[in-house]
Amino acid sequence: MGNDITRSQVEDFLYREAALLDEWKLEEWLGLLTDDATYYVPPNDHPEGDHRTTLFILADDIVRIRERVKRLMSPDCHAEYPHSRTRRLISNVRILSVDGDLVTVAANFICDRFRRYERIREYVGGYRFILKRVGDGFRIKERRVVIDAHELGALGAVSFIL
Amino acid sequence: MRSYIVDDPVKKRFLLDREALVSEAVLKDEMACIFSKCWIYVGHSSELKKPNDFVTRRVAGRPIIFNRDMRGDIHCLFNTCRHRAAIVCTEREGSRRSFRCIYHGWAYRNDGALGGVPGEEAYAGELDKSELGLRRPARFESYRDFWFMNLDANAPSLLDYLGKATEYLDLVVDQSPSGQMQVVTGVQEYDVAGNWKLMVENSVDDYHLPTTHSTWLNYMANSGVKIERPTEGRVLPTKGLAIDLGNGHFTTDNVNFRGRPVAAWIPIYGEDAKPEMAEIRRELVERVGPDRANRIADTNRNLVIFPNLVINDGSSVTIRTFFPDGAGKMHVTAWALGPIEETESARARRLDAFLTFYGPGGFATPDDVEALELVQQGLANWEDDRWSEMSRGMGREGEQLNSDEHHLRIFWRKWNQMMESV
Repeated sequence: MGNDITRSQVEDFLYREAALLDEWKLEEWLGLLTDDATYYVPPNDHPEGDHRTTLFILADDIVRIRERVKRLMSPDCHAEYPHSRTRRLISNVRILSVDGDLVTVAANFICDRFRRYERIREYVGGYRFILKRVGDGFRIKERRVVIDAHELGALGAVSFIL
Repeated sequence: MRSYIVDDPVKKRFLLDREALVSEAVLKDEMACIFSKCWIYVGHSSELKKPNDFVTRRVAGRPIIFNRDMRGDIHCLFNTCRHRAAIVCTEREGSRRSFRCIYHGWAYRNDGALGGVPGEEAYAGELDKSELGLRRPARFESYRDFWFMNLDANAPSLLDYLGKATEYLDLVVDQSPSGQMQVVTGVQEYDVAGNWKLMVENSVDDYHLPTTHSTWLNYMANSGVKIERPTEGRVLPTKGLAIDLGNGHFTTDNVNFRGRPVAAWIPIYGEDAKPEMAEIRRELVERVGPDRANRIADTNRNLVIFPNLVINDGSSVTIRTFFPDGAGKMHVTAWALGPIEETESARARRLDAFLTFYGPGGFATPDDVEALELVQQGLANWEDDRWSEMSRGMGREGEQLNSDEHHLRIFWRKWNQMMESV
């Protein structure tokens, strides 16, 4: 990969990630992360907050991301067993900045989640990723998911990887 | 007048009529007999840092403004224009000296008084503006920065209502060197497709921990926390009690194994945190003495203030409240609470500990939500399978265990008694 990172390269990577998450290939998904990766979902009332001073919905370091995957793959993770079916659509992908081997990327998403006997739950929001260039591809260094809803409300649980 | 419980002290059986959890008629009675008679949690002083600060929220279905006026005095105002009823403050939070209705422009000072009425001269009769300030709940009182409203002018004082529950609120507030706790920025709001009373039960029901939360226990064990095998007929790693606090309030009171930001270290906090944790502990011991320091730091407690305020003083401190939206649905709101003088690193540790267990992305709350939603789905059979079995531990003399249903029965007895006033 040269210095000129194209949007389509980033899109291909994000689509691949989305497919792994929707297919519940979470062990494989962990392979897309750097060894210091973080995953954040800020609170709906303060989406610009800092997780050290603001109560988030979710703020994982790599250790807890790996533990989260263990939990999600267990049949005793009741909120996600049987697994939700999810389908995510990603668009409006933009490369915001390139700083050395780090690429900051924004995208919009719609993630529809289905469980038995439930109406569809539709999560709408923005992704903001810091990708690290590794060889011919990327790894995710930071994964920030901002849900647009004023209140989490009916979206209730963020028990799967959003 | 009817009863929803079978409470048989001879046969040691306690049964709950499941209609209590599914009926819209019951909900209507609850709004009259419970939410309009009890002290209902509104907010915490620390949410209003400066004069003119406000937040808006719904309390027991009532849109309210919780704010400080220009002098700094705290109010609870109904967020409804006296003219034609529109909401007068549409923002979630902010700072305002007045609230102006966008419909016809009636403007209220932030102490509630009506200021301006556009075209006031058109009112031919007497328009006494002093009678047309924003209405407010009949009573509004606080205990150590926790503010409650009561719609019943004849209710006992908040202090009398809380009674012995104040001892457990004190165990929370005394975690702050200055006696000032602070609600941390950032709210967690989530709906549960379940009756609101299921959240009361779930918040203190330690019987469910090993089954519902086995993945959380595994996570704790993987991170190096020692999880003892239950002994002596217990289902939990450590001993815990269920305690009746009177007036329908109750708490669990458990020997802690899960770590406490004030101040019991566990490996999840990291080696780096040890010196600061030791210093927090040292300050606590110096200030309150070793016995009370142990009481604060080495036990954890889930407190219910009847009917719908829960303070989880566990892996972190939460304020959690919830209101019905129909018999089969509730809205839950949760905040994190910490000492106001906490350092940035201690605050970050507290918030991180919060997320290990609590909230829509935590390792435990989503499974609680799932359990409650499965209960509500199962309740669809209520007419043919009418009674919930809640007799666990009823034959036990003396100390009552957190993993029994003693405390759940306290709730249901109080609830049933209040509902009999219909």
